Amino acid sequence: MNEMGAPKTYKLYVGGNFVRSESGRVYPVESADGSTVRVAQASRKDLRDAVVKARGAQPGWAGSTAYLRGQILYRVAEMLDGRRDQFVAELENGGVDTYDAVSEVDDAVSAWIYWAGWTDKLAQVIGGVNPVAGPFLNVSTPEPTGVVGVIAPPSRPLAGLADLLAPVLCGGNTAVVLASEPAPFAPLTFAEVLATADVPPGVANVLVGRTAELAPWLADHHDVDAMEISGVDDPALAVDLTVRSADNLKRVARTDGARTPRTDGEFLEIKTVWHPARL
Amino acid sequence: MESPESSLAASAARPERAAAAPSSGSVRLPQVRVRPVDAFALERRAAELGTRSIKGSAQLAAFDLTVRCMDLTTLEGADTPGRVRGLCGRAKHPDPQDPTCPPVAAVCVYPSLVRVAVEATAGSMVKVASVAGAFPSGQSPLANRLDDIRRAVADGADEIDIVIDRGKFLSGRLGECYDEIAAAKQACGPAHLKTILEVGELGSFDAIRRASMLVMAAGSDVIKTSTGKIGTSATPPIALCMAEAIRDFVEQTGRPVGLKLAGGIRTTKQAAHYLVIVNETLGSGWLHPDWFRFGASGLLNDVILQRRFHRTGRYARPSDLPVD
Repeated sequence: MNEMGAPKTYKLYVGGNFVRSESGRVYPVESADGSTVRVAQASRKDLRDAVVKARGAQPGWAGSTAYLRGQILYRVAEMLDGRRDQFVAELENGGVDTYDAVSEVDDAVSAWIYWAGWTDKLAQVIGGVNPVAGPFLNVSTPEPTGVVGVIAPPSRPLAGLADLLAPVLCGGNTAVVLASEPAPFAPLTFAEVLATADVPPGVANVLVGRTAELAPWLADHHDVDAMEISGVDDPALAVDLTVRSADNLKRVARTDGARTPRTDGEFLEIKTVWHPARL
Repeated sequence: MESPESSLAASAARPERAAAAPSSGSVRLPQVRVRPVDAFALERRAAELGTRSIKGSAQLAAFDLTVRCMDLTTLEGADTPGRVRGLCGRAKHPDPQDPTCPPVAAVCVYPSLVRVAVEATAGSMVKVASVAGAFPSGQSPLANRLDDIRRAVADGADEIDIVIDRGKFLSGRLGECYDEIAAAKQACGPAHLKTILEVGELGSFDAIRRASMLVMAAGSDVIKTSTGKIGTSATPPIALCMAEAIRDFVEQTGRPVGLKLAGGIRTTKQAAHYLVIVNETLGSGWLHPDWFRFGASGLLNDVILQRRFHRTGRYARPSDLPVD
């Protein structure tokens, strides 16, 4: 894969930086070409650091204009599309056959374009002016929930991640993503796309590691406001995460990345304002 | 070959001080020796002491010690009685969810708010400290500064934080500096005197060491790094430099002096680093609120977050805690 013979060190993406795990741990992944690649294995402290970065980045991301967020998410699609050969190769290394890899990159690009378009339309579709029986103007507007923990599916490591992450970012939330444990190559390379698409540091953080070990820390974390657990295959783990999330009333969403604004509604709070119609 | 140890008297005999000497007739410089500082070794050792791993029950003890040794501080132009009362409430019960959390050592406020703080901390272990004496510059006539101190003490302050006049110190008028601090100590009466060197304005470790010795010799009960009002404040090498000065002073005079680190200490990890420095330099006897303090406002929240994590096994949410 590397013609120049410079084997890549797959690192975590936290706060806009590509870092090794704080713990120094790596885990071996069998690549399809027969070699064993050692990938940085996130610890709970990496996860904690990522949440701090995501929290720090959240007001700025939510405060930027919907138009700008749309531009940035569209640029993610552009950067991804421009590097499609690399992503096809990364997916093949992760055990996906060529046909599926090409269609998965297509799906991922289209997901980012889809959600790029929604940034400045959510307020009209999810919010609106409510008819009320009184002399008031009554307006509902969606606001981002905050920091969202996203568990991406182990299979479809690139498109599955795009389907779950893009709607979260679209609404002005920031995210800590636990990407595919068995096929981490494409998601970690995708972090390079986020970095070059002007997604502000900390808005999306990508970790890989033992999902079953890390996800409970994320669900327990009181500074995480919602969990997207569509990517959890193990039903017992899904129940465990839901129970843990209840401790601070986190929202728990299983949207499966459906392309409808309702998906984004899972990560938005509705603020309603009553304003006197006449003063 | 020159002796490795200079003395305050010797350094005071340099021309710039000599020129200033006549203006303070009562100068009787103390005979304490000031050891020169090896800056490289100091920084190395301070950094090395930061590599200790403190875990488990020792970590929990460090959290509690940090809280017990804290001067919870608000020194803003926008301070109000309400804000000070809120601060005192937090000082008494730093973590409302956890009654096992000890109170902090003291609250530190401006002189005009001492009465409010005294009232709000009545009946608790929390002491009231007040900055006084033209804080944070120290640049006003001595009589005014002493008046400021007396009034704060009369209002009920247990501890007084003053600043040295850096202008005098830097221009070599050490005798005047000494007299001012001695006068401030007298004005304090029963209250504890903590003297701020404002290390960020002293320029070198040697100057910090010399200022520490001067201030201790003049009778200050505690030496303190900074006001927190300028960019450079407490750092591990500076803390080590001052702790070593205290050690030297105790060796020479037998009188123990306290240390207060202030400014820029925001995380529990930093605090633990300083506790290690103090323990290794001055001994565990100094790990007590009578002899060691952190001056901080943001640090308390971080310690509470860490304590909550220790207790519940869940990472806590910073925005669940008050802003200041």
